[in-house]
Amino acid sequence: MRLEARTAVSRIAPLISGLGAILFTLAVSGALVLWAKADVVSAYVAIYEGALGSRFAITETLTRATPLMLTGLAAAIAFRARLYNIGAEGQLYMGAIAAVAASVAMTNEAGELALPTSMAFALMILAGALAGAALLIVPTLLKTRFKVDEVVTTLLLNFIALLFVSMLLDGALKDPAAMGWPQSPTLPSELEFSKLIERARVHTGLFMAVALAIVLSFVIRYTRFGLAMRAVGANDRAAAFAGIGVNATLVKVALISGALAGLAGVGEVAGRTGYVTLDMSPGYGYSGIVIAMLAGLSPIGVIFAAIFVGGTIVGADAMSRSVNVPTYIADVIVATALIAVLVAGLLTKYRVRWK
Amino acid sequence: MNAALTLSNITKRFGDLVANDDVSLSLDKGEVLALLGENGAGKSTLMNILFGHYIPDSGSIHVFGEPLTPGDPRAAIARGVGMVHQHFTLADNLSVLDNVTLGTESLLSLRASRAQATATLQALSQRFGLQIDPYALVRTLSVGEKQRVEILKALYRGAKILILDEPTSVLTPQEVAQLFATLKQLVAEGLSIVFISHKLDEVLAISHRIAVLRSGKLVFEGNTSDATKAMLAQAMVGRDVEPIQRREASHASADVVLKLDAVCATSVESRVALRDASLEIYAGEIVAIAGVSGNGQTLLADVVCGVSQVTSGEVKFKGKPMALNVREAIAHGIARIPEDRQHVGSVADLSVWENAVLPRAGDVRFSRWGVLNARAARAHTNELVHAYDVRLASIEHPIRKLSGGNIQKLILGRELSEAPELIVAAQPTWGLDVGAVAFIHSQLRDAAARGAAVLLISEDLDEVFALADRIAVMSKGCLSEARAAEAWTMQSIGLAMAGESDARSERHAA
Amino acid sequence: MNEFLSLLIDHEFWVAVLRIATPLIFGTLGVLLCERAGVLNLGIEGIMVAGAFIGWLTVYSGAGLWFGVLAAALAGAVFGALHALLVVRLPLSQHVAGLGITLFATSISYFAYRVIFPKVDSPPKIQAFDDMSWLPIPILSEQTPLTLVAMSLVPALWYLLYRTPLGLALRAVGESPQAVEAQGINVVRLRTGAVIAGSALMGVAGSFLTLAAFNSFFFNMVNGRGWICVALIVFASWRPGKALIGALLFAFFDAAQLRLQQSSGGVLPYQLYLMLPYVLSIVALVLVARKAAYPQALMQPYVKGTR
Repeated sequence: MRLEARTAVSRIAPLISGLGAILFTLAVSGALVLWAKADVVSAYVAIYEGALGSRFAITETLTRATPLMLTGLAAAIAFRARLYNIGAEGQLYMGAIAAVAASVAMTNEAGELALPTSMAFALMILAGALAGAALLIVPTLLKTRFKVDEVVTTLLLNFIALLFVSMLLDGALKDPAAMGWPQSPTLPSELEFSKLIERARVHTGLFMAVALAIVLSFVIRYTRFGLAMRAVGANDRAAAFAGIGVNATLVKVALISGALAGLAGVGEVAGRTGYVTLDMSPGYGYSGIVIAMLAGLSPIGVIFAAIFVGGTIVGADAMSRSVNVPTYIADVIVATALIAVLVAGLLTKYRVRWK
Repeated sequence: MNAALTLSNITKRFGDLVANDDVSLSLDKGEVLALLGENGAGKSTLMNILFGHYIPDSGSIHVFGEPLTPGDPRAAIARGVGMVHQHFTLADNLSVLDNVTLGTESLLSLRASRAQATATLQALSQRFGLQIDPYALVRTLSVGEKQRVEILKALYRGAKILILDEPTSVLTPQEVAQLFATLKQLVAEGLSIVFISHKLDEVLAISHRIAVLRSGKLVFEGNTSDATKAMLAQAMVGRDVEPIQRREASHASADVVLKLDAVCATSVESRVALRDASLEIYAGEIVAIAGVSGNGQTLLADVVCGVSQVTSGEVKFKGKPMALNVREAIAHGIARIPEDRQHVGSVADLSVWENAVLPRAGDVRFSRWGVLNARAARAHTNELVHAYDVRLASIEHPIRKLSGGNIQKLILGRELSEAPELIVAAQPTWGLDVGAVAFIHSQLRDAAARGAAVLLISEDLDEVFALADRIAVMSKGCLSEARAAEAWTMQSIGLAMAGESDARSERHAA
Repeated sequence: MNEFLSLLIDHEFWVAVLRIATPLIFGTLGVLLCERAGVLNLGIEGIMVAGAFIGWLTVYSGAGLWFGVLAAALAGAVFGALHALLVVRLPLSQHVAGLGITLFATSISYFAYRVIFPKVDSPPKIQAFDDMSWLPIPILSEQTPLTLVAMSLVPALWYLLYRTPLGLALRAVGESPQAVEAQGINVVRLRTGAVIAGSALMGVAGSFLTLAAFNSFFFNMVNGRGWICVALIVFASWRPGKALIGALLFAFFDAAQLRLQQSSGGVLPYQLYLMLPYVLSIVALVLVARKAAYPQALMQPYVKGTR
């Protein structure tokens, strides 16, 4: 078997390969549903119903998709510059805990905000973004200064960040009312993101995520910084030859990427939970990478990929309750979709010759 | 039957490009067959098919009368075909011995017989005068030594047919002579050789028979004794070729544009350091740095382009010391044409227009408040494409879809259209076809005529003599004095390239 | 300080070091095989989960312990073959494909566990490997046979790499696939073989957790050990001997932090101790990064016959 580059890519090839990827994913997960002794069609119907079948289902999917969009954007922009940020999970937790820490710092003894609400709100968001960025700056500087591969360092920092948050939840930021359960104090209600719809959890963080995706899409395509970033990602030597500060560009990208992941944490704490626990993210940081790849690193694509992944998780949750298939099917579906999409994308560029 | 190798009706397509079109060739035992053709004529493709790297779309190959399985390098090796690639296929971090013995023993064997292998290798290198330290790491070797390793690799595997792909492009004239002596000895021992080149003099000097490829087709085949330079050139290019014109005498002014004063520099990529390089270039003249690649001339260009730092010494631009960074060089309007157009001069995945403005994207013409003025950038690109004859389908396509010649023309346009006072051109025509070479030469001449100072770095002595007013030679990091082109001969420049001192070369002459 | 010194002469401490080091030795050697051939395999974290699960499940279903190890190796090999298909046969990004394999292997293991054991409160137990009390060597006699296997793999792998034609080809293909191809060796097959073999070792690394260190399967039991192996190989300069030293050094600090955590009695938050191994891994990477002699062709896909 060998590959030959296709000289002309037909217009329908991406459609066909996309369809192939979907069918492949449905087939693999269908086989697993069968193995769990459930009916495939009713399982898929249950996933669909759970994800998009009702107003409530849609709001739940969008609630899930909100942090996923932000971590997806964090990965997309970093990967564009070939900065392999695999630490969005840790950055998310840092953002969340920083938001809570900021709110505690801004609250007086009587439990009231010491600052005007809008200013406190802005400071909380800034604190979260900065905390996320700070965590990514460390491996980025290690990469630019000492040539330390950032894949491993960002991965390891996830564990360190989580332990750090755990330490704070046992100490400085322990909620005394939580009866020993590691949990942070709850944000004052003035600092919470407002809900978009009554009796649903979807919050204004969704608008923030979508707006950021649109802004980033513009920045990547039409600004000098975006051009520099893409040049660095495609070929750093050529970028340096063209006068682009490669390290400075990477640092800027790291600040943006880390801040986005930090904002995902802020959104979760201010929009959904109200406080930080150690299980607030079921791997949103890692899923962000999958989402970015599913979206082909396009920020607008991230919006839809995040809704797909969020819907799969929410739908699989609902299905596991009705037809008794373990919820881990959601991760299997997402992983299979990732591999299938990658292969499908490749096959539109290359022709396989069996010889 | 006396044929060592027969290629019958070979056709190979890459998409729309027909790299080999119904080519038939034969090589006799004990013969040197020269395969001549321009860059892109299909010579390398044909040999890669023979060696099993590519599978032909049609046609067959016979080695000593037996058919050869296509697409299997092992089959070719087993039949005694050995290949010395233009781009060496050596693992730099392994020893010479490891590179030579790689793949010679069964991969299932539990022991490598190193002692025996060392003995065999040393015997071979003795016999053919290819001196080499078996335990040296390949990355510590010079280009000429690496080529020796490539030849030894083939001989170690018992090659009866040796294919050399552009073997002289990286050698000094003296090293070429040494290589030719080795080849003659190999032929005397009964080997058959295919010698691929685009240099007419060499082909006439070494071969028994000549075959010429043009656009994938075999257009000439005959005995070397019957061939002349003019008819071979005509066959290669397909039309009459004027012999390369030496440039009109210099119209240099008294203004020093670039002055290097005892510059020393090192870099990770360059094997040799730059030692005490001094040079002055005046407005309106072309100064060429000749030398075999890897002797520090790339580093010299990098210093002037702001890519590499100096450890000591000074670089002055128009009389003022120059800060050595890329942005400073761009701000001074220095035109920089790097050696590697695909990986340094352009970003393959960016579009043509993005590449056309990349070094000056911050210029008010192309952006304001950090936002690109895509319309102006596209308009500028279209002007460049028109003025510099860049052939392309769309400026929106990634630049990697363009041929090497068209990428180079775009880079040339990007840099020369800014009316530079200094042009640094490193190997500007390497690997390009005759048309593109002529275009780039005329552009450089015109720029000098307009008053630009040109620093030309080239391994191609024909190019050096065709363009330069003055020539300096680089060897092992040392830069010779720049002398008028007329003061050099092939002999003296070759000795200088090999690092022989002037005093010795004069004694040789006397 | 005294506490630290007393650790060094504490028999139990060294037993713990060796126990902690064992899966890291398997894993790091697995990474070594893949990366020497030029392939980054970030699937290791998931492959270890799959190895832990399959190894345990095999033994739980009634097979012998060694069959469990074999099954774990096979499971690793299967995921390795998938990874090789994606990044060796097809030129996909090794980073992304590896992370995809980790996600896939982890989720399918968890899924399978839940399908087979839908309603269990405490994880089912097996009879794990016994210590080699018959061995007359102190410390080693308090380890399971898997530790002995891991230790003997180090010289075996060294011999393979530096004394056999196959090892030479492996080292060469990670440096220059073109050189290997030109000598008539099939690059794709060689790399595929290396990734499969390396992944099998990663599977065995996982099985140590369920068949020797513990006697049942938990979620999150691998907990970043795979990533640590990826860091250790840089520290080890891709050499088997140094990989062993790296794994032992890491295990030394991990065991030490566990001890200090117990003995210091809550003066410092326990999380600080737990952070120590991860922080040390990063420090080690920083120390060696400048000199690190990465295999030249690492992460570079090789596509034959295209241009």
